Amino acid sequence: MASKEEIGMRFVDEFREPELISKTAEEIRRLADRERHYRMMEVCGGHTHAIYRFGLKDILPENIELIHGPGCPVCVLPMGRIDDGLSIAQQPDVIFAAFGDMMRVPGTLGSPLEHKARGMDVRIVYSPSDALKLARLNPDRHVMFFAIGFETTAPSTALTIMRAKAEGLRNFSVFCNHVTIIPAIRAILDSPDMRLDAFIGPGHVSTVIGCRPYEWIAQNERKPIVVSGFEPLDMLQSIVMLLHQLKAGEAKVENQYKRVVPWEGNRAALKAMAEVFELRPYFEWRGLGFISQSALRVNAKYAEWDAEQRFAVPGIRVTDPKAAQCGEVLKGVLKPHQCKLFGRECTPEHPMGALMVSSEGSCAAYYNYEHRKAAMVSLSSMA
Amino acid sequence: MCLAIPGRIVEISSDNKDSATVDVVGVRRKIDLGLLQDDKPVPGDWVLVHVGFAMSKISAEDAAEQMNTLRMLGEIDGAMQEVRGYGLEDVN
Amino acid sequence: MLAESAPTRFRDPQIEMAHGAGGKASRKLVEGLFSPLLFGSSPGPLGDAAQVDINGTKVAITTDSFVVKPLTFPGGSIGELAVNGTVNDLAVSGAKAEALVVSYVLEAGLPTRVLEAEVRAMAKAARDAGVRIAAGDTKVVEHGKADQMYVTTTGIGRLLHGVTIDPRSVRVGDRILLSGPIGDHGITILLARGELDFEADLRSDTRSVLPLVEALIHAAGPGIRWMRDPTRGGAATSLNELARDCGLGMVLFEDQIPVRDTVRGACELLGLDPLHIANEGQFLAVVSPEYSDAAINALSLAPGGSEAQVIGEVREQPAGTVLVTTLYGGSRIVDMLVGDPLPRIC
Repeated sequence: MASKEEIGMRFVDEFREPELISKTAEEIRRLADRERHYRMMEVCGGHTHAIYRFGLKDILPENIELIHGPGCPVCVLPMGRIDDGLSIAQQPDVIFAAFGDMMRVPGTLGSPLEHKARGMDVRIVYSPSDALKLARLNPDRHVMFFAIGFETTAPSTALTIMRAKAEGLRNFSVFCNHVTIIPAIRAILDSPDMRLDAFIGPGHVSTVIGCRPYEWIAQNERKPIVVSGFEPLDMLQSIVMLLHQLKAGEAKVENQYKRVVPWEGNRAALKAMAEVFELRPYFEWRGLGFISQSALRVNAKYAEWDAEQRFAVPGIRVTDPKAAQCGEVLKGVLKPHQCKLFGRECTPEHPMGALMVSSEGSCAAYYNYEHRKAAMVSLSSMA
Repeated sequence: MCLAIPGRIVEISSDNKDSATVDVVGVRRKIDLGLLQDDKPVPGDWVLVHVGFAMSKISAEDAAEQMNTLRMLGEIDGAMQEVRGYGLEDVN
Repeated sequence: MLAESAPTRFRDPQIEMAHGAGGKASRKLVEGLFSPLLFGSSPGPLGDAAQVDINGTKVAITTDSFVVKPLTFPGGSIGELAVNGTVNDLAVSGAKAEALVVSYVLEAGLPTRVLEAEVRAMAKAARDAGVRIAAGDTKVVEHGKADQMYVTTTGIGRLLHGVTIDPRSVRVGDRILLSGPIGDHGITILLARGELDFEADLRSDTRSVLPLVEALIHAAGPGIRWMRDPTRGGAATSLNELARDCGLGMVLFEDQIPVRDTVRGACELLGLDPLHIANEGQFLAVVSPEYSDAAINALSLAPGGSEAQVIGEVREQPAGTVLVTTLYGGSRIVDMLVGDPLPRIC
């Protein structure tokens, strides 16, 4: 979108230049071997969202299939964890603070917004530091920040906890649901139903962890992986790079998002995480089951700011409805519309699982952006 | 986990060196520079902003290089087509 | 069957904020509960205003409630919204507002100076809009039961000649016009709330669109099929409603949709789509292709219309849907939101 005399967004608009996008798409069509069907997985939910938002599937050739991976930190959160977080916030004088992404995610007794309608003090924050600010402004209340996200977001939570300690702010705690990306990718590759040719690697997680953690994917699993930015030209260029590797029979880690991702990652961010967090022995991922060493919790040094240690938490495991096929969709085994509940019992208005609530969840993205296009295509092919 | 936007550092806060004001086409917010301890940005630098924290500095050189590579894609293709026209590709 | 005995289709157990946001949830409430009980068995497409026949004279009547926090914000306050909102609802229904009546629900403890400022703002807005405030009513509720004040305005107006608004008259090939940049109001309010700690040099676009509508009718009246002011829920919601009502596809050209850089920046930062953001001084019009050029010319020459644009066209497919297309051939469906747009970080 543009207004007549506007300057535009630097480092964004260049990578959305229509002519260059068309040219790159042409290059992809030229490179892709017509006899081959490529299955490329984009791991990160932000990439899933970008694919739909920019309509990239419309300009890719038919034989390149983009499979949506499990990199949506809201989607992989089991309902029991949402119940746990909300139960802490039921306590008197507690303010429940979370990102907007969490607000409509259903718990057993409703979403945070539904709890707000029933009188719970629920606030949307843009940053964990906003939650800390709430604590400063409300000394007689306790602010519980429901933290979600992969390694992109974890360092910010860590730093915020460090700041809370430094300030001696005791009316603040974090309910930590940070998860790590590598175990998720491992779970995908270990899945027997999975057959993938290559990976479009998460761009913003990599600003923190760098590109080294993906080396085993290339070396052991022999799959090419390109760490990619989020603009259309970034993703298309990444696909070009993957095609080159596949054509040459190579499998290596490449960094397409060089302008922002350092190969070695962000040392200060990793240090903050190590200072505040430790790995949970195991954690349940919705759809993927229990994965060891895949999630973070606040360590003993910062126990006072760990909501799970300050408050009693029910910890009841809530399983998904049997009919919901979130797991298979999460792993990319099923397409969203192949789940029996898709578009019927499960819609963005009445989500049965988080894949339908989070705007970057495959089901919501497909429902919101895509499925009526499919109807359009089939109509035109019948004409 | 993924929504991060490029912004320009406008000024470092006088009372807190870890806090800066960032500008994204006229929208301004205070952000935390604590994750860029090892490579502190100065006003005028561009950073990637995620949940109110600067995650990384943006390299204008790398961005320009990327744009060049992309622009050359078509040119290389054009050159290849020319070469193919000479029928040299079967000569190995 | 008596109206009060009609069956309803609204199954949500309680009212949520989403039901007031102008999106799918709002529509469900209106169509499932209010419409069957209040508007009769076949009300037709629900427009911004209703036409009432009084002894052979057709008048348009509409009502709107204004609930905004904070009460004042860059570019205006609840007072202006209350006047302009109702004037605009009548304007896009093809009517010129003649008189408004206003109802105030005031919270006990509201400082008089705050109330006075709003009433002054309303008086000025009414004068600017050329409409009379004819009568009013006031109620006071206990402290904590109203966010300082709620304002409801009901407007009555005479139908303008030369235009008939009917979504069922929309045809394939019609052009979709937008009077100016979208997103200004909603983002201004979001930032003014202060919860997200962003600042921007941005103002609400609240204004009466009647002069622009009159210019449009003058130049292209016979070609106008439909108009709507995209308030809560944004342009996406208005166009989705039209798409559903006429059974055709609304195809928008992303590069043609006017959005200020600052609004874009805020939307990118917060993960919002400008098409879902509320506007208080813009309107959409669907115009036949023969009149489209004249329509855009008239708008761009009229005061306040310099940023008017053709933003899309009506096609057969995808039916009942809004599709945004890009110059490079990509496209995406834009649906109505369930409730208010929420910022996201993922």
